Amino acid sequence: MNTLFDKIWDAHVVNQIEDGPVQLYIDRLYCHEVTSPQAFDSMRARGIKCFRPEKIFCMPDHNTPTRNQDKPIEEPISKKQVDTLEANAKEFGLTHFGMMNDHNGVIHVVGPERGLSLPGMTIVCGDSHTSTHGAMGAVAFGIGTSEVEMVLASQCILQQKPKSMRISVEGKLGKGVTAKDVALYIMKEITTSGATGYFIEYSGSAIKSMSMEGRLTLCNLSIEMGARGGFIAPDETTFEYVKGREYAPKGEDWDRALAYWKTLKSGEDAVFDKEIVFKAEDIEPMITYGTNPGMGMGINSAIPMDTPEKSLNYMDFKAGEKLTGKKIDYVFLGACTNGRIEDFRAFASIAKGRHKAENVIAWLVPGSWMVYNQIKSEGLDKVLEEAGFEIRQPGCSACLAMNEDKIPSGKYSVSTSNRNFEGRQGPGSRTLLASPLTAAAAAVTGVITDPRTLL
Amino acid sequence: MKQKFDIIQSTCVPLPFENIDTDQIIPARFLKATTNDQAFFGENLFRDWRYRPDGSKNEDFVLNNPKFSGEILVAGKNFGSGSSREHAAWAIAGYGFRVVISSFFADIHKNNELNNFVLPVEVSPAFLQSIFDEIAKDPKTELKVDVPAQSVTILSTGKSEKFQINGYKKYCLMNAMDDIDYLLGQKSKIEAWESSKR
Repeated sequence: MNTLFDKIWDAHVVNQIEDGPVQLYIDRLYCHEVTSPQAFDSMRARGIKCFRPEKIFCMPDHNTPTRNQDKPIEEPISKKQVDTLEANAKEFGLTHFGMMNDHNGVIHVVGPERGLSLPGMTIVCGDSHTSTHGAMGAVAFGIGTSEVEMVLASQCILQQKPKSMRISVEGKLGKGVTAKDVALYIMKEITTSGATGYFIEYSGSAIKSMSMEGRLTLCNLSIEMGARGGFIAPDETTFEYVKGREYAPKGEDWDRALAYWKTLKSGEDAVFDKEIVFKAEDIEPMITYGTNPGMGMGINSAIPMDTPEKSLNYMDFKAGEKLTGKKIDYVFLGACTNGRIEDFRAFASIAKGRHKAENVIAWLVPGSWMVYNQIKSEGLDKVLEEAGFEIRQPGCSACLAMNEDKIPSGKYSVSTSNRNFEGRQGPGSRTLLASPLTAAAAAVTGVITDPRTLL
Repeated sequence: MKQKFDIIQSTCVPLPFENIDTDQIIPARFLKATTNDQAFFGENLFRDWRYRPDGSKNEDFVLNNPKFSGEILVAGKNFGSGSSREHAAWAIAGYGFRVVISSFFADIHKNNELNNFVLPVEVSPAFLQSIFDEIAKDPKTELKVDVPAQSVTILSTGKSEKFQINGYKKYCLMNAMDDIDYLLGQKSKIEAWESSKR
């Protein structure tokens, strides 16, 4: 009771259905090409229009190639899906940031950086990583395609109100320990179903001192803890980030919005259904060894003895063995998890003055054109090119391998993305999730390496 | 597809693994379809567990074992975690399952099943184990899922357990009505709500 989650949720309840779900008003719907076409088809079949088209933004990101975006997509099925989104947006009167539009990128990177995702909002998208936008101090969660259609048709969705959980991380994070490591640590502790049925509020001094990029990474991974979403109460860091962004309120609207946003915090007397506290000092750079994101460990640890056989066989690892020093094949920097400017700065900080290992193929994929352009303006592209790396064009890329960026069967990939499920980065691919620093350390040494040894 | 629910009595397909994620239910490369072709998604349900990399059938996988069939899928805890892709629910429906039983479902996937008239039935871990045990003894074990009574019964032993579903969703399932039908009837209420917030 009296949590920030209650405040935002309750302020959006249009109607409580008796012995049923809540009819919740949605401030922002994002659509990408993969989970929207059937919703638009169904709208056409029912003969209905979008109820509030101005609140809906569309962009392709899953299928987009990370090279030659100025040319048509070569794979015909991917091209059709991307073209279908554009046609649907046009037919239903929705804003569409197409490929090569300077606003295009991974939807969960673009929303916050353009000021489309704001504190106090309810935000949905047919994508589980919509939880990312919670970093803005919003209630944001992933939905299915039927639910996308609900919002297209009525700007509302029917949902059961989740329970509330507060996860606090207190203290100061050690050198080389990032928001990604914090998230992987929490998942290891509570498992991938530990927060199912809950909405998480992240709190505590270690969270409050995180940058917006770090907060976006942490909230992004809420779904991997099983939670529908996770958010952080907006504060000066948030306001500073939002101010001046393209779609953020301006002038008097800004003053009014800011006054409201400052009220968005859990009450001193707030009661959560569950509370967990972690110590920042206990968290090390993390790496996963198994086939779900909860199967992670400190980078110098040994694989737990109780790891399921199915995962060990898939990864070709043995219980009890250490991963440091193991040869890897691919490195992927990017995704809605770690495709932001700070992630590229972190990667470059280790790559600078070193060189990519011979045995490693590295894909560095910015989360958006805005990130891409910032990489150039900060000169990070030069640093990375000198170290043997190439900056590609924005998109979801090897996170789920819907474009041509697929990790071959049996190969090891140290990836800054969010999922290490069997086949996630391509059939037979073996994914080790880690932070941009750990990915960079692997990229320059060719083996799994504690990034702290290179800082 | 919209269909009315009442009582379903069927043999089952057991999948006693935990944390089955939606990437396993339907891998990402099958998400490029722009139409809701449930037969296509059904053919690719658990694709990478059903087929070996060379395209041959993996005879060890339960869907390829002729001993097991039916309209009920029984799975280990935390079923449907990961990606929100509704294609996973389409694949389950397209294959011919009408009920999924587990001791724990991931939230988004659970909603996706309900929105596609596949009933997620959450039972206790002990009851789930007894279902697996009975199927192991006899693959022809039948379950009765009674939506009006909100109960699931193992017919061979008579063991039964109640399951939860809210009154609204139960009404929708029993009357083949979906949430969009409901929301389209709420326009004036939504407009009134919007004006109250200005």
